[in-house]
Amino acid sequence: MSSAELIAGILWLALTAYAVLAGADFGGGVWDLFARGPRAADQRKAVAEAMGPVWEANHVWLIFMITGLFTAFPTAFGVLSLALFLPFTIALIGIVFRGASFAFRAHGRDAVGPLSPWGVIFGVASVITPFFLGTAVAAVASGSIHAPNAQFAGSFLDGWTTPLAIVMGLFALSMCAYLAATYLMVENEREPALLADFRSRAIAAALASGVLALLAFAISAIEAPALMQALLGRGLPLFVLALLNGPLALWAVWRSRPRIARIAVAGQVVLVLWAWAVGQWPYLVPPDLTIAATAAPAATLSAMLVVITIGGLLLVPSLWLLFRVFKTGRTEASG
Amino acid sequence: MDNTTLARATMGTSLGFHIVFAVLGVGMPLLMSVAEGLALWRHDKSWLELARRWSRAFGVLFAVGAVSGTVLSFELGLLWPRFMAFSGGIFGLPFSAEGFAFFLEAIFLGLYLYGWNRLSPLQHWLTSIPIALSGAASAVFVVMANAWMNTPAGFTLGPGGQLAQVDPVAAALNPSTATEDPHMVVSAYVVTGFVVAAVYAAGMLRGRNDVFHRRGLALGMTMAAIAIVLAGITGDSSARFIYGAQPAKFAAMEGIYQTESGAPIHLGGIPDDTQQRVLFAIEIPKALSFLATFDPNAVVRGLNTFPAADRPSPLLVHLSFDGMVGLGLFIGFMAALFWLLAIRRRSLPTHRRLLLGLVLAGPASVVAMEAGWFVTEFGRQPWIVYGIMRTSQAVTTAPALGLTFAIFIVIYLGLAITTARLLLMLAARNREAGKANVSPVTSSHE
Ligand code: HDD
Ligand code: HEM
Ligand code: HEM
Repeated sequence: MSSAELIAGILWLALTAYAVLAGADFGGGVWDLFARGPRAADQRKAVAEAMGPVWEANHVWLIFMITGLFTAFPTAFGVLSLALFLPFTIALIGIVFRGASFAFRAHGRDAVGPLSPWGVIFGVASVITPFFLGTAVAAVASGSIHAPNAQFAGSFLDGWTTPLAIVMGLFALSMCAYLAATYLMVENEREPALLADFRSRAIAAALASGVLALLAFAISAIEAPALMQALLGRGLPLFVLALLNGPLALWAVWRSRPRIARIAVAGQVVLVLWAWAVGQWPYLVPPDLTIAATAAPAATLSAMLVVITIGGLLLVPSLWLLFRVFKTGRTEASG
Repeated sequence: MDNTTLARATMGTSLGFHIVFAVLGVGMPLLMSVAEGLALWRHDKSWLELARRWSRAFGVLFAVGAVSGTVLSFELGLLWPRFMAFSGGIFGLPFSAEGFAFFLEAIFLGLYLYGWNRLSPLQHWLTSIPIALSGAASAVFVVMANAWMNTPAGFTLGPGGQLAQVDPVAAALNPSTATEDPHMVVSAYVVTGFVVAAVYAAGMLRGRNDVFHRRGLALGMTMAAIAIVLAGITGDSSARFIYGAQPAKFAAMEGIYQTESGAPIHLGGIPDDTQQRVLFAIEIPKALSFLATFDPNAVVRGLNTFPAADRPSPLLVHLSFDGMVGLGLFIGFMAALFWLLAIRRRSLPTHRRLLLGLVLAGPASVVAMEAGWFVTEFGRQPWIVYGIMRTSQAVTTAPALGLTFAIFIVIYLGLAITTARLLLMLAARNREAGKANVSPVTSSHE
């Protein structure tokens, strides 16, 4: 494996981490917005407690991905920044509103719980952001970004305004909601009423995700045969695993097995992302930009690997500490 | 307006906004760490309460810094795709390192803000150290990238403009790094120190003279006084370095149009391009040549030796430079006065006029820092990578830049107003808690 491929793989891991961790934070915002019933305030509190200590760290995966992309694959970054200017700008505005409103509410006077203006902004931004990031992914995955000679040649609407992109945006959104609901089931294992609330939400999100996934697959047969071929070609083993894992995840949610559900749903996201990655390998931005052709000079790539190794050695134990202190404490204390 | 102008305006506004939160992100963790350390060491609960109060405010500041920083990392590509496609592989390395600094800062801040009850006091204090270190590290890394834009190094260009012999480490350690990085880091402590001191000085002016105000003022002024001396020293070496490395920027800073030996310093004044001289300035003969080289007759290259298309605006750069230095002298004077009086009286001075001056020194330090960035950025124009790529060659062709500029202006205004209101509210809540004695620690000794 070349160092460019290795770094592409690491960036894909970062994307996976962002999807599995920050995706759930966006999903938390969705459930905040749609908190209903007698326990609406408790649901919001559960979301805020789960996100509070970790969302900023989860968000950094995105930054890591961006800086990694422009260091290791500068031409691909230049092309993507042009081609996806509009969805990225909208998602960016969503990210700003989501982060700021969460912090303003958490540290401000408004108690978390009742619907507040900051809460509404937090919820709406949490819906918008994954949707537009999903449409951007669709533009890349469907091979709609054309860059012959590494120069962007297309319109600013290419690929992310198609029916496929809209379905994939909604799919991204529903997967975020699904992730969040199952994580919140784990966090509220000992609160039967909240557990039931999040279980029914998880089921709803699961069904929506399933339908949208099938729809996306069907549309891609017409609109993006390249994506279809990628998934049924090199990506097939992972794609089949994803198809099998889907029902397993739903079963675990249905039977109220939060811990299994959490792994299965996160696994679903991982499988889908990697089926796509493996399917389009060795392309970074199909149909024109391969990993090798857009890679930075070799000296940069090896220096980056050194930085990533050192950084990783600092990062992994720190992350472990963070999640140990905040994500296992409650069950340990009581069990 | 054309895309170049709009993109420059958007980029400059975003950076100018982010940097305010970024410098506090460098300085505040150090103050919190010191305060909490003192609490542990002296078994003193009011130091602890001070650290807690700061941490609540910092929670808000950090979030705004994080989202505005995210805007910047996107904007580098969204506004300057050609610049990034060219430079990413050369100067990206420090950004990758910065990513890890952000991780550590965000992780340990999560532990710090939400861990008061889950960690032992010692463990809790220990989490503040990586926050302070990674905050400073992220400033060091990102300014390396900026320094590279000023004095690009670590690559060669082939005849067709293709890159060769890329050395990202040499790029990160380009010549400007040695002067720009230290000056930026100490400036972050300058701003944090003076801003914190200004907050407590303002409280004292309103008759609040409790232990938190006295200690907040003293600690802020300690940081400010140490850092402002270092800012002067590092700034001076920056200026001397620019004399050799970026002569057009230097000429613009000083308003030197014609090459001359024994060049004077212009204090203030308005550089006038048509008359090719600085109007209304106080001139000190030979001072510039002397300051730049220690030789009063040294030659300073004039702006008109550069092709008209390669000149930065002396109006912007000279005024920004004098603004930074002038305000730097003012706040340095305030710090000196404060500590002289404190040492003479053996207690914190509380003269109204001195406190008023300290209240002004807070915003003045922020303006000095922004002005310094204007020197660096306006002084580099018309280049985005000095001598290599012009800003106008780097810009995006995307539509609707005017609209996104307008949206971001509104967002920044909204964020600024809300942050300010929230911080005022946190302060008011602290006071209520103090009055009602709800918090058991506020009535402690001293
Ligand atoms: C509180 C802030 C502050 C204060 C008091 C000063 N500076 Fe400064 N200065 C900055 C904050 C700053 C900065 C953080 O805004 C800059 C922008 C880029 C950088 O590295 O630091 C800067 C840049 C900057 C530059 C341009 C560097 C470049 O383009 O590479 C020069 C020549 C100076 N400074 C010189 C000085 C001198 C001679 C000072 C004397 C008192 C001074 N500064 C005080
Ligand atoms: C945070 C403090 C900073 C401030 C206040 C600041 C300010 C500005 C301003 C006012 C401009 C517009 C200049 C003009 O077009 O005439 C600008 C441009 C720019 N700055 Fe900075 N800057 C800062 C730091 C940085 C850093 C650390 C980097 C890079 C790594 C950077 C990269 C750029 C780029 C790419 C542009 C656009 C191109 C150009 O105008 O040359 N800036 N900045
Ligand atoms: C082109 C210029 C810049 C870019 C692209 C940039 C990018 C970012 C990003 C993405 C974050 C968010 C990290 C998180 O999510 O936690 C951030 C935060 C931060 N940045 Fe910048 N930054 C720039 C300029 C600067 C400068 C000049 C400094 C120097 C002092 C700086 C210091 C910081 C610090 C300390 C934080 C932590 C957040 C906080 O405490 O508020 N940045 N920056």
